[in-house]
Amino acid sequence: MSTIVTDTHSAHDAHDHHDHHPKGIKRWLFTTNHKDIGTMYLWFSLIMFFVGGSMALMIRAELFQPGMQIVDPHFFNQMTTMHGVIMVFGAVMPAFVGLANWMIPMMIGAPDMALPRMNNWSFWILPFAFLIMLSSFFMPGGAPAFGWTFYAPLSTTYSTDSTALFVFSMHIMGMSSIMGAINVIVTIMNMRAPGMSYMKMPLFVWTWFITAFLLIAVMPVLAGAVTMVLTDKYFGTAFFDAAGGGDPVLFQHLFWFFGHPEVYIMILPSFGIVSAIIPAFARKPLFGYASMVYATAAIAGLSFLVWAHHMFTTGMPTFASLFFMYMTMLIAVPTGVKVFNWVSTMWRGSMTFETPMLFSLAFVVLFTIGGFSGIMLAITPVDYQYHDTYFVVAHFHYVLVSGAVFSIMAAAYYWLPKWSGVMYDTFLSKLHFWCSLISVNILFFPMHFVGLAGMPRRIPDYALQFADINAIVSVGGFLFGFSQLIFLAVCIKCALKKGEPAPAKPWEGAEGLEWTVPSPAPYHTFDVPPVIK
Amino acid sequence: MSETPEQKPQRQDNSRVITRLLGSVIIMFAFGFALVPLYEKFCEITGFNGRTSNTAAVANYGMEVDQTRVVTVEFHTRVSRGIPWEFQPEVRSIRVHPGEVKVVNFYVENRTGKDVVAQALPSVSPGEASLYLNKTECFCFEQQPLAAGERAVMPMQFYLDPDLPEHIHRFTLSYMMYDLTDQARVTTTASRSE
Repeated sequence: MSTIVTDTHSAHDAHDHHDHHPKGIKRWLFTTNHKDIGTMYLWFSLIMFFVGGSMALMIRAELFQPGMQIVDPHFFNQMTTMHGVIMVFGAVMPAFVGLANWMIPMMIGAPDMALPRMNNWSFWILPFAFLIMLSSFFMPGGAPAFGWTFYAPLSTTYSTDSTALFVFSMHIMGMSSIMGAINVIVTIMNMRAPGMSYMKMPLFVWTWFITAFLLIAVMPVLAGAVTMVLTDKYFGTAFFDAAGGGDPVLFQHLFWFFGHPEVYIMILPSFGIVSAIIPAFARKPLFGYASMVYATAAIAGLSFLVWAHHMFTTGMPTFASLFFMYMTMLIAVPTGVKVFNWVSTMWRGSMTFETPMLFSLAFVVLFTIGGFSGIMLAITPVDYQYHDTYFVVAHFHYVLVSGAVFSIMAAAYYWLPKWSGVMYDTFLSKLHFWCSLISVNILFFPMHFVGLAGMPRRIPDYALQFADINAIVSVGGFLFGFSQLIFLAVCIKCALKKGEPAPAKPWEGAEGLEWTVPSPAPYHTFDVPPVIK
Repeated sequence: MSETPEQKPQRQDNSRVITRLLGSVIIMFAFGFALVPLYEKFCEITGFNGRTSNTAAVANYGMEVDQTRVVTVEFHTRVSRGIPWEFQPEVRSIRVHPGEVKVVNFYVENRTGKDVVAQALPSVSPGEASLYLNKTECFCFEQQPLAAGERAVMPMQFYLDPDLPEHIHRFTLSYMMYDLTDQARVTTTASRSE
């Protein structure tokens, strides 16, 4: 990325006009301001993170000892299902959309998102989607219990009526994501400041641009799949019912055609965040900017050709297994390019270890561990051993928790001074980092071993030989869960403006247009577009 | 915010991009549904999901029997969950030469106290073999009405296409018996699409 030179007059805008907006609840209900909407997305995802997290703690409490202790198996299944759904659609995705709302206009020198009213709508339907989803706990038979993957026939023949609520809330979430994606694409295509060519955009903008296209491509397929589940269950169709001429395996093809790009939707923006933070604290420009862009596009393209690696055990022909195995392994190449570039950026940099950098470094190491276990899972013959064991659970939690969630934490610490105008509590933030780093590894690393030893996932009870490791994992789970309360405290302190006032550019090595506006970022930024030379 | 001259062409630009993106959303939604018949066709051509043809093949008695090869065909039967029927093949496996016509009987007993309509659906593993399994007669082609407590013998006559790939020495033909009483009441025609 070339150096960004801005017009000096762009930074003084804040003092020209007042932040005229309604006060109180009306400000938040009717806002079309990208910063307000971004803030609401981020708080929403933090709340959902704690809701989904408390379900995870219930799972870990039950698994602390072998045998049935606290919950019955059906409720345990509801916990695993809702934990997955909430973390994927309620915590990680809205957090990224919130970051996109806050940062993309400020990074490309735009006054707001391109479609501000739609932006309001795409946020405000989200709480209702989760209200519908969570209210299913009060139905007879409880919430959905078929896993977040809602495989047919579990979700059709063997499910309760909560399926209908599940399907409708999925529809609403899908609409919200699609509208968010359209907004991001239109903003990036049409609202860039003069001189901001595509190849000068910050990588966070690039990765979100590609993510938005993935969302447009796969969310409608998910909407179709949940609709088929709904009509199979209630309207007598037989898309997935073998007795009526359908095929349950077709469901898995449809779901993973959505599902695999979906996991990249949850990691590509992370790559953008880390690509912003590592150069800032290594005080060197990002190594291989162009290769980062191409690698992101390559990962997005390949994500459409690997879905059946989730289905090796469904009895595919050897040729198909080999195809999906090789395609999956191919993804390691562009991902390796990225990790190489991050490490090269740090090479001989003058590094300092502020909290955003600590989370980014943890991301690079732990995400790579998750990537390696992914390559192990990609090997068809050994996948027969790993399939549906805790090894898979360990793998996707390494990429999603110590990957995506850590990058969101890094982003929050990196931009909190810009959002709130005050510096976060440094001591608490470091405490949060070290507690999270240690506990996340106590939580997820031993899962690899019980997985390899054959402990199945989504089971409330287990064989006695897994008892010790499960006890350790549960302790790690509770430590990790309660460590996140420190993050909540940090966020609340910043929201209440308790802390040192932050300068416009609190990080010495940081680059980008967002640091040219004062902290906190004024309600309207870049009314006059900056000129990038 | 005051309207600058640059904002006007940009707004038109926006609507063009939005229209295209909304178009893509609709196309991808339709594509999700289009995958259903595409998958069916794909499976029919490649045998990917192991489903055999549900129309009778014409027995070709003049066909040359390949005495040099012996293929083991294993039979496996299941009854859909929670239905107390008996459903068994007379033999667990047989050895056949490709091209040779064989008959295997399946026994079924309705142990419930009510009349039912059932249908068995076939599945072959590995799926590749399903393309070379030709049934000239099979109970699975149609629905089977079974009175309460009734027993029946259901024959299945088949031969293997001599073009069966060399590497297939053994495959499994599985039948899953479904209770279609409710569906049969609505319509008497077979609910299978073909």
